[in-house]
Amino acid sequence: MSSNNRPLSPHLDIYKLPLSALLSIVHRGTGAFLTFGSIVLVWWLMALAGGEEAFMSAQSFMGSFIGRLILFGWSFALFFHLANGIRHLFWDAGYGFEKDEVEKSSFIVLGTAGLLTLFVWVAAFSFGVGA
Amino acid sequence: MSLRTPLGEAKGLGSAKEGLHHWWAQRVTAVALIPLTIWFAFKVAVLSLSDYQTVLESIGSPWSAALIVSLIVAAFYHAALGMQVIYEDYIGNKAARIVSIMGTNLLLFLLATAAIIAVVRIALGG
Repeated sequence: MSSNNRPLSPHLDIYKLPLSALLSIVHRGTGAFLTFGSIVLVWWLMALAGGEEAFMSAQSFMGSFIGRLILFGWSFALFFHLANGIRHLFWDAGYGFEKDEVEKSSFIVLGTAGLLTLFVWVAAFSFGVGA
Repeated sequence: MSLRTPLGEAKGLGSAKEGLHHWWAQRVTAVALIPLTIWFAFKVAVLSLSDYQTVLESIGSPWSAALIVSLIVAAFYHAALGMQVIYEDYIGNKAARIVSIMGTNLLLFLLATAAIIAVVRIALGG
């Protein structure tokens, strides 16, 4: 009964993911990452509430290389999830389902996420210098 | 005329009719988070190299504190709803799935409460 020659539907491991599929799983991944990363927000607010000493040690960790690396990943994940989430809201409303529209909006999502990440870091460095 | 199969009728395991609320709550919190996260991300960025007193006053001002508490409520609710879907999709074992969802909900509730208490304390200058 069984035959090795039967056609198989494309499996994830031999199938080149289209950009839209890649962004779909990255949306879920960034969502889970941001849930985990919310600890950073809680920790920062707690440090601020805990007094000057606690706050300054939190700030110095955030300003270190590792801290900035975490914050950079955090900020890109946030802006990606935000931009792609807005695209999901358009889909929910029934717009943008055509193949070429999805391809185009994928690039818009990536561009928006990249630009917002860039802007927030430019803001951090340019406003921070005078203070 | 019912479209349910006889087996479905017998087992009584239809939809719990709670899906719409979950779906809708996910969207409502998503819409709320669009302006809140952009505002908060840039606020924190601008404050990143400021001294303690400046950050304290900026985060603790009444409107700031109100918006941050709103952000915390929307974000943690959104996170709990999203994590639930991930567990439901990938965890086949029912007991493990329920424990994961419940554990995540409790943990996120604790984190949200801690964050809100911190903001309230900052705002009231305690």
